[in-house]
Amino acid sequence: MLYFPRWKIFLIVAICVLGTILTLPNFFSRETLSALPSWYAHSRVNLGLDLRGGSHLLLEVDMGAVIRDRVEGLVDSARTQLRNDNVGYTAINPGDRGITVQLRDPAQADTAVRALRQLANTIGGGPLGGGQPDLEVTANGGSVTARLSEIALRERATQAIEQSIEIVRRRIDETGVNEPTIARQGADRILVQLPGVEDPDRVKRLLGTTAKMTFRLVDMNADPSAGRAPPGTDILPSAEGGRAQSAYVIRKKVEVDGANLTNATAGSNPQTGEWVVNFEFDSIGARRFADVTRANVGRPFAIVLDNKVISAPVIREPITGGRGQISGSFTAADANDLAVLLRAGALPAPLKVIEERTVGPDLGADSIRAGLMSVGIGFVLVCAYMIAAYGLFGAFACFALLVNTVLTLAALSLLQATLTLPGIAGVLLSLGLAVDANILINERIREETKKGRGVFGSVEAGFSRAYSTIVDANLTTAIKMAILFVLGTGAIKGFAVTITFGILISLFTATVLVRLMMVSWLRKTRPAALPV
Amino acid sequence: MFRLRLVPDNTNIQFMRGRHAGLIVSAFLSIASVVLFFYPGLNYGIDFRGGIVIEARTPQAADFASLRHTLTQLNMGQVALQEFGSPQDVLIRLERQPGDDAAQQVAADKVRATLAQEIPGTTVRRVEAVGASVSGELFFNGMLALGLALLAMLVYIWFRFEWQFGFGAIVTLLLDVTKVVGFYAITGMQFNLTAIAAILTIMGYSTNDKVVVYDRMRENLRIYKKMPLRELIDRSINETLNRTLGTSMSTLLSILPLAFFGGEALQDFGIVLIFGIFLATSSSIFIAAPILLFLGENRLRRNAPAENAAPAANPTP
Repeated sequence: MLYFPRWKIFLIVAICVLGTILTLPNFFSRETLSALPSWYAHSRVNLGLDLRGGSHLLLEVDMGAVIRDRVEGLVDSARTQLRNDNVGYTAINPGDRGITVQLRDPAQADTAVRALRQLANTIGGGPLGGGQPDLEVTANGGSVTARLSEIALRERATQAIEQSIEIVRRRIDETGVNEPTIARQGADRILVQLPGVEDPDRVKRLLGTTAKMTFRLVDMNADPSAGRAPPGTDILPSAEGGRAQSAYVIRKKVEVDGANLTNATAGSNPQTGEWVVNFEFDSIGARRFADVTRANVGRPFAIVLDNKVISAPVIREPITGGRGQISGSFTAADANDLAVLLRAGALPAPLKVIEERTVGPDLGADSIRAGLMSVGIGFVLVCAYMIAAYGLFGAFACFALLVNTVLTLAALSLLQATLTLPGIAGVLLSLGLAVDANILINERIREETKKGRGVFGSVEAGFSRAYSTIVDANLTTAIKMAILFVLGTGAIKGFAVTITFGILISLFTATVLVRLMMVSWLRKTRPAALPV
Repeated sequence: MFRLRLVPDNTNIQFMRGRHAGLIVSAFLSIASVVLFFYPGLNYGIDFRGGIVIEARTPQAADFASLRHTLTQLNMGQVALQEFGSPQDVLIRLERQPGDDAAQQVAADKVRATLAQEIPGTTVRRVEAVGASVSGELFFNGMLALGLALLAMLVYIWFRFEWQFGFGAIVTLLLDVTKVVGFYAITGMQFNLTAIAAILTIMGYSTNDKVVVYDRMRENLRIYKKMPLRELIDRSINETLNRTLGTSMSTLLSILPLAFFGGEALQDFGIVLIFGIFLATSSSIFIAAPILLFLGENRLRRNAPAENAAPAANPTP
């Protein structure tokens, strides 16, 4: 029991040394780190946003809008399909999850059902087919209903969130933020963490724009101030100020979609000096753009972004090169942001910020300073108490405590876990809890000594009797912290992580390491009485 | 050689004499806490209620009266201003704004703009804006964490000890947790995610304490086969007293710096934990032990009553 084989001593010392080596990069300066091999330089604790400063945004995808979009598309395609199949109808009414068609002749119900079934997209299935339609079409007397199925809704949601994450990533990359974290959270949320961003307004503006761009013809025959749009058109407000008119009547039919853009850059018009956005189409977009402009020379062609008309220039000549320009009294920043948005592509649905936590970098630095000071003072206080209460054995415990803190940092560095402000509180608290094991052991040793046991016997009994108590006591805390880790969010997770590591590592430092120290000391000095 | 002892060695305090007093006082405090929980209720932070917190540092000492006047004119409901740290540091709290989640963002931006305009040179050091859907979930998860923790403790102690121990620990834990909630109600400290972490930590610490005392009782049950349970419990508590108080002391010393230097976020956490350490230490002795005594009187000491009545009943020849 009190004999440590050589390999065991070696292993214990090796763990301590390795831990120290792994912890060191946390204290090196940037220059030193760049001289080190990257695997070693990366062994650092990640500082949470609350310590380094930055912005945490939780975004929610508006699933309602995703479904509405699909339903609106369904109304249009149903109209065309039914007309092609010669099915007469009096009305097509959009609902929450689908459309209802009122037939002129109930006898045509079967034909109508067949027609609407053709509108379904297939979900799932592999290259060999399979899968199932996303529409459930049912006839009920003189009306036919096409509804999106449950699976279709779920599929849509998954698609929308994945696509949104991709777009968000592209947009944020354009802003030049270092090491952003972009992750899906739950069914319809995206977590965005932006280290070092003090003023997240620009990012929020970029993310808050859907950037759905379409090129559509202006209906010249209708009056936008009439208040009611003729069938097949929308009245859309103008995003331009000044001389432009305040609203336009725009045809619903999308001639060219922003999805066909391959590039967009901000630039300035050499003649007027005003800021513009230049764009390029892919081959499909270029062909369509050429066709439309050829057929509509002399008529205004509207560039619509998120249901606002950015500009509606008159087509002077066919544009066949697949390049174009948007002007619309932009500032340099506006033009740049619009170019970023167009390059990155449109979001499938609007995103809204439902949680924001931003910490300025100087507050983060203050927190680190306060945290380090607290840990230092806490360490000194706990050590002072341990030495006052247990003398040399207390000093052993203090050394173990130091190693415990170093190893905890090493574990956090190795896993590149994130250290947060509550995490520092966790380190501090585990200082207090870790010495509990040593207090238990030392008290046991005292008891055994008083019972008249010899020096070696007391130490041995102290360790073996305290051991199961220590495991019980520490595991209960570890279980709670695991629960906190699973259910907690953000910074609180950091607290759970540091406590858990601190406590589990204390099982090693407070029992194994301290025992090694005690045994070595006993063998060397062969004391007649224990100094507890 | 001088050694700091928190209590002298070989104490023989008859703690179980005070068991009724301990339970009554504890039950009273816990009931009072539950009442306080409902009225006046807790001061929920934005994590659980939604709303906005902005921490700003003004170039000169902040003029609270004019700041309050300016912010009130934004028509965003009640505005709470609080100085902390230095007179230049202002904490602005706004209630959850009516409307959807995005309304919080609009309001937070408005306050930022107003600050920049009214007090040039102000730096916004921290902004937190939480919408209704998020705060609802955070609250649910927080409560779920507390519930699961209680359940996990019950199961763990039940497995490791006899059921009387598990029951005693859980009842004590419940009494402890209600008192911590009461502490939040009385002090008016923000009840938020950090508070949940604090309660879980206190629960962890409290269970830790109970486990050590229980462990000793179980050991003594094996050693002193004939000792009456009451005497045995007293003995176990006395034997572990130095450890119980020693660990409380070491934990207290590690937490003290938080309460003093922890800054706005951790200060409250530190204060609650200090309260929790006193609570957990006393409840190990005055609540968990008496409950065990009541429950175990006839069960844990299998032959105890018979032995006390007739020691000759021992079957060994």
